[in-house]
Amino acid sequence: MNAIKKVRDKSNRFAKQWAEFVIKRKWYVLIASLILAMGLGSQGNMEFDGDYHVFFSKSNPELEAFDALQEKYTKDDNVILVLSPSNKNVFTKDNLSAIENLTAEAWNTPYSSRVDALTNFQYTSAQGDDLYVDDLSYESELKSESEIEQIKQRALKEPLLVNRILNKSGSVTAINITVRLPGEDSAKEIPEVTAFVREMIANFKEKHPNFEVHSSGLVPLNTAFFEASMRDLMLTMIMLIIVIITTFILTRNIYSTIATLVVVMFSIMSAVGFVGLMGIKLTPPSSVFPTMILTLAVADSIHILITMLQKMRKDGLSKIDALTESMRLNFMPVFITSLTTVIGFLTMNFGDVPPFWDLGNITAFGMTMAFLFSTTALPALMAILPVKSKAKQKEESKFIKVNWYTTLGEFVVKQPRRLTIISLVIIGGLTYLATKNSFNDEFINYFDESVEFRTDTDYISDNLTGIYNIEYSIGSGESGGINNPEYLKNLNAFENWLEEQPEVVHVNAFSEVARRVNRSMHGDNEQFYRVPDNREEAAQYLLLYELSLPFGLDLNNQINVDKSETRVTVTIENVTSADMIVFAKKGEDWLKNNTPEPMHAIGVSPTLMFSKLGFRQADSMFKGNIIALILISLVLMFALRNFKLGLLSIIPNVTPVLVGFGIWALYKGQINTGMVIVFGMTLGIIVDDTVHFMSKFLRARRELGYDAKQAVIYAFETVGKALVTTTLVLLAGFAILSTSSFALNSYMARITVIIIISALVIDFILLPSLLILTSKKNTSIKANN
Amino acid sequence: MKKTIITVVALSIIGFANAQTPEQRGLDIAKAAEKADLGFNSSSVQLKMTLKNKNGQTSERSLTTRTLELTEDGDKSLIVFNSPKDVKGTSTLTFTHKVGSDDQWLYLPSIKRVKRISSNNKSGPFVGSEFAYEDLSSQEVEKYSYKFLEEKNGLLIVEQDPVDPKSGYTRRLVSYNKNKGYRIEKVEFYDRKNALLKTLTYSDYKLYKNKFWRASVFNMVNHQSNKETRLEFKDYNFDVNLTDDDFSQVALKRAGN
Repeated sequence: MNAIKKVRDKSNRFAKQWAEFVIKRKWYVLIASLILAMGLGSQGNMEFDGDYHVFFSKSNPELEAFDALQEKYTKDDNVILVLSPSNKNVFTKDNLSAIENLTAEAWNTPYSSRVDALTNFQYTSAQGDDLYVDDLSYESELKSESEIEQIKQRALKEPLLVNRILNKSGSVTAINITVRLPGEDSAKEIPEVTAFVREMIANFKEKHPNFEVHSSGLVPLNTAFFEASMRDLMLTMIMLIIVIITTFILTRNIYSTIATLVVVMFSIMSAVGFVGLMGIKLTPPSSVFPTMILTLAVADSIHILITMLQKMRKDGLSKIDALTESMRLNFMPVFITSLTTVIGFLTMNFGDVPPFWDLGNITAFGMTMAFLFSTTALPALMAILPVKSKAKQKEESKFIKVNWYTTLGEFVVKQPRRLTIISLVIIGGLTYLATKNSFNDEFINYFDESVEFRTDTDYISDNLTGIYNIEYSIGSGESGGINNPEYLKNLNAFENWLEEQPEVVHVNAFSEVARRVNRSMHGDNEQFYRVPDNREEAAQYLLLYELSLPFGLDLNNQINVDKSETRVTVTIENVTSADMIVFAKKGEDWLKNNTPEPMHAIGVSPTLMFSKLGFRQADSMFKGNIIALILISLVLMFALRNFKLGLLSIIPNVTPVLVGFGIWALYKGQINTGMVIVFGMTLGIIVDDTVHFMSKFLRARRELGYDAKQAVIYAFETVGKALVTTTLVLLAGFAILSTSSFALNSYMARITVIIIISALVIDFILLPSLLILTSKKNTSIKANN
Repeated sequence: MKKTIITVVALSIIGFANAQTPEQRGLDIAKAAEKADLGFNSSSVQLKMTLKNKNGQTSERSLTTRTLELTEDGDKSLIVFNSPKDVKGTSTLTFTHKVGSDDQWLYLPSIKRVKRISSNNKSGPFVGSEFAYEDLSSQEVEKYSYKFLEEKNGLLIVEQDPVDPKSGYTRRLVSYNKNKGYRIEKVEFYDRKNALLKTLTYSDYKLYKNKFWRASVFNMVNHQSNKETRLEFKDYNFDVNLTDDDFSQVALKRAGN
């Protein structure tokens, strides 16, 4: 006991000296803080990165496989424009001309390398003995009715068009613009493409008001990420207002509000400086950092201010005395809670998703600075500002509140065993439910229906084609081997098998080109609509066909330079991530079971990369979460100076997360990558409640000599209100984040809201029950001593 | 106001009339280059084509090219594939025309048939390489409009805009070497959106018959896809004495066998 007391006295003395120093040199401290914040802030540089690649670490195997495929063929991103004429028929002279003109204009898109449309589709036919390859509809305005009818018949029979560029009824068509972004500065390149495409669409709509235009694709996806980041950054403003209001309500003091505002602003400025110094580019997950810091940092200030004002109002201390006393009492708790929060956020580095590394590091830095400013700038400012202590008129209402917490305490104390059992049963049930959640990282569903990208993409999925795809690069094992009839037959069989799968919308395989050319080489005889059965024929037909293709519409995106591999692109309906992974695997297995070894290939695509992202993040975060739990439990043991209670604290710290995911299973049942981080993050936050409650309990036991039941009631009376208050502040912050249109942020915030509420309930019901139940033996041991 | 405009226009017309316009000078340079190469009659050459993608994976083809010089219309050429094996013997016969699109035939030994390539698409890549057909075909003066841009270290840089609306390019910047019989040192290709697409560099020039400059290496780099194609020429022969008969469909069939 003496040793413990010594440590405590030491830390108390340190806090007191710190407070006295800060108050004495208040102007120096304030100016130094200002210089530090401004200095860091001046290094600030907010740049955004919308490229979807940011979600994947350099070593991500799915990204590596996809990059390898793109390097073999062409590296391309796309914009798909979907045109729906109001007359529900694409095949009129005016509509075809409009499409033709827009296609021509689309070639001017920055970084474009290819434009695929209905009109410039390279239609292959036999003319006499010759192969004829030409645009499906060129100079459409000169076409006659019968020619347009012929174009329609040809188009609707064309497997490369239907369900990709044209819907089955011929009422909706698409223009697919392939862009090859240099990838040097996505913050410049992507907006450049987007701005051009948006203007092109606007001009087109003006000229052709009978067309509806929707756009999607990887570039609009990147733009949507971009814009989500900026929107979520704007949430900071709302949170700032909430902070002002909350602080004012809780402290009822304008100077306290100003001081709090200064602390949080300094913290954010520092964090912005950190972003600039580290060269971090903001992404949707990391762009919420100011709101996070605001939410978490304000708690530190509020604790210090409320104690100070209480000491002035209730105990009638002078401002300086109250401030010193508040600092002495709060220094350690604020330090401990900041430390656990920082640990929680830093564990995000264990994950495999770089934007969350940034979020973790920026917030951890911001929280460190928030601790520093709360213990320097805040007391200095309060010492300078003319804070007056009002009379003790509030006492009456306070007693009512205390009574409420006392009642709750008495309620718990009466039936600890029963409450423990009920709690554990509920937690057990919800834990079971939590396992029923499934990962789903469908990147389209990252955006809610308020985002145009989402509604446009949904429209395209409903009316024309799928947005998700999987690609296989299928090798032949020899140079020029794609013309080997054996290879072509197997490829054709794979294409057919894919077509039969219910989730498949469209298949683009080289075997289709081989069939089509073979038919045209035989006078358009349908019997020859099959792959050639002689290698020389196949190779020479291909040569002829390639010589006939125009600029930008070549086969280089489908055949590698050595003509040893071809690319199969499968377009899939909107299915969940788990189904997507199953499907890709099914394709891989089919190749393994039905084709020779060189043709075995793995499925890759951005869709698949996102599908596996959640699983990968969960796997990699697992270790991080365990480490966070151990570290935070150690901090607690140190803070409480009690091994057993430190161990016991694991229960109220871990169970809220289980409860959270259990409730989530009832609410949505699907979790995404953004939610994987909440364990470590919320652990760092909710542990504060446990620390406060347990430390008051221990103080009552050690210093006041209360028994366990009395100590629990004491804890309720002293920290009950503080816990409710900080929980409310946290809820406000995360509730604001949960309005984000971006699901990685909004889901993460929503489950955090659930977890924080659960944590409070558990700390008020299960924790005290457990404290009473485990203390019984303790008492007897102590009595023996 | 109107008067001023008229005056300005009039003055500029007079100005242009005195000095040579950039357009005229560009055309003159192209014509000088054509003239410098006049009179080679016919030639044959062996050609190795190496395709390289971003990863450095390569693929080779070897060809033989024969050319017959014509003055009243564009040149005729015959290209025979020697490898890869599965296209060995495949040959193309091309009649370039000063005006209008070229005629082109392909002989397919596997079916022993000559097929006319009737498409007017001449801007696609030649056998998967970074060369478009239009980069390799005979460079007739009439196929472009010209504008002289500048002279730099003895190189005359001329902008050439293709006349064919189906061309893949908006313009090319061609560097002529004034001191070396107006041979071309470098061509930069700009795509339809006027972004730099490719650069073709000619190197290892040799002078044949004391008059005709021929580069031994053509290197085409695509700046957008980072792919590359290298052509290496060897065994230039200006004494083959080919005639019209060597550039007929019958000759095409024969060449392939």
